[in-house]
Amino acid sequence: MGVLARASAAEIAERLGQAPPLPQHQRLRGPETGLAMVRGRQGGDGAPFNLGEMTVTRCSVRLADGLVGHAYVAGRDKQQAEWAAVLDAALQNPALRPALLEAVIEPLATAQAERAQRDARKAAATRVQFFTMATMR
Amino acid sequence: MAYVAVKGGEQAIENAHAWLAEVRRGDPAVPELSLAQIEQQMSLAVDRVMAEGSCYDRGLAALAVKQARGDLIEAAFLLRAYRTTLPRFGASLPVDTGAMRVRRRISATYKDLPGGQVLGPTFDYTHRLLDFALAAEGEPPPPAPEAPAEETAMPRVTGILAQEGLMAPEAQSDAEPGDLTRQPLAFPADRSLRLQALARGDEGFLLALGYSTQRGYGNAHPFVGEIRMGEVSVELVPPELGFPIEIGEITVTECQMVNQFAGSKTEPPQFTRGYGLVFGQGERKAMAMALVDRSLRSAELGEEATAPAQQQEFVLYHCDNVEATGFVEHLKLPHYVDFQSELEKVRQMRATAMREAAE
Repeated sequence: MGVLARASAAEIAERLGQAPPLPQHQRLRGPETGLAMVRGRQGGDGAPFNLGEMTVTRCSVRLADGLVGHAYVAGRDKQQAEWAAVLDAALQNPALRPALLEAVIEPLATAQAERAQRDARKAAATRVQFFTMATMR
Repeated sequence: MAYVAVKGGEQAIENAHAWLAEVRRGDPAVPELSLAQIEQQMSLAVDRVMAEGSCYDRGLAALAVKQARGDLIEAAFLLRAYRTTLPRFGASLPVDTGAMRVRRRISATYKDLPGGQVLGPTFDYTHRLLDFALAAEGEPPPPAPEAPAEETAMPRVTGILAQEGLMAPEAQSDAEPGDLTRQPLAFPADRSLRLQALARGDEGFLLALGYSTQRGYGNAHPFVGEIRMGEVSVELVPPELGFPIEIGEITVTECQMVNQFAGSKTEPPQFTRGYGLVFGQGERKAMAMALVDRSLRSAELGEEATAPAQQQEFVLYHCDNVEATGFVEHLKLPHYVDFQSELEKVRQMRATAMREAAE
């Protein structure tokens, strides 16, 4: 779910194009946009406090075979939330799971890890390498 | 009588708004700003609006900046108003800033700390000279250099001090925090409410208050134990699932100010912390928030509260720029009847005073 939450609707659409067709689904709730109160901890590791809200879109669906899927994703993209809910349901089906993992989830996860790695490498390039006066001589 | 004066402005208001729309757009010969441009190239304005609007949504904040013609307080106001139209699905688990994907992390207290000093995309060490190269439209800059990223842990500086017993520990609690968007503030406000108010408070106001504590109004001896900025994942427990799921990532800036504490009857001398956490990349705000958080802890630490930054009511009632704007700007509304009575009164007093002087 974290992978789908971090992917844009366009990215999911692109992966779905390479995947077996998703089963028919019926909307149980939403997709609808609301808020989640984001919490932090006092001093980073103490008691919780309310930091502020963020927009969240949620959706619940039922597939023809009765499997139910739920999704909560950051932002206001209803298409993303609906696909995430359908995928959440379809991934519970052992017959569909391997193909969907391979075609959708894993490539998205890989792309996200690559982006995170690129940021990490840029950050690493700004890590200060201290040297003392002694080593300058 | 007053109502007669208040009415009749309809056409004027309509025309004023039409003119506002025209000046918002500016010269049509100049290309219009897109939300993506604001989000990407005015990203710190977007961050500030999300922080003070208390709503994390880059697209909405960019729209607010555009609609407000770059007036960031007006933009925060628009975002606050919009959030009231949305239902709340729940609260997240507390974000773990210790597990942040760090883009910047510096400490002013330890040079060689585990994980190192990572500068990230910072204005620090720039010469603050206007760069006229930016005035000309040019090619995008080359991608930033990269270096092998080691998987090094970045423990919190406060944790390093805590290991030695030199840092006052935070209360270990999962108590439901107060929420000032649901319950009006009452005093004394506990630290969870104070941090919520400061996190959405005005950067300029908190900056000035933080500065005042450094200059002697509140006797602070702060060190930047650590500042870190990057992405944290947000998890939430949907009631229909009953277990936490990740709903996405947000960018936050955290500041741990380390302050000397002389000790009290019950506590040995040690360091205490002031804490700042804000949406987006907002280092100045996070630092100011941490300074003011520490000042507001004076009562619980048994310190004498003599300075403005130590007065809860003063700080918390005045740090919200949307509320402050509302009350200051309401003075523009028609006060014709009020003023008429003042006018009568002053004329009367003046007549009395002149008569007495003549006698």
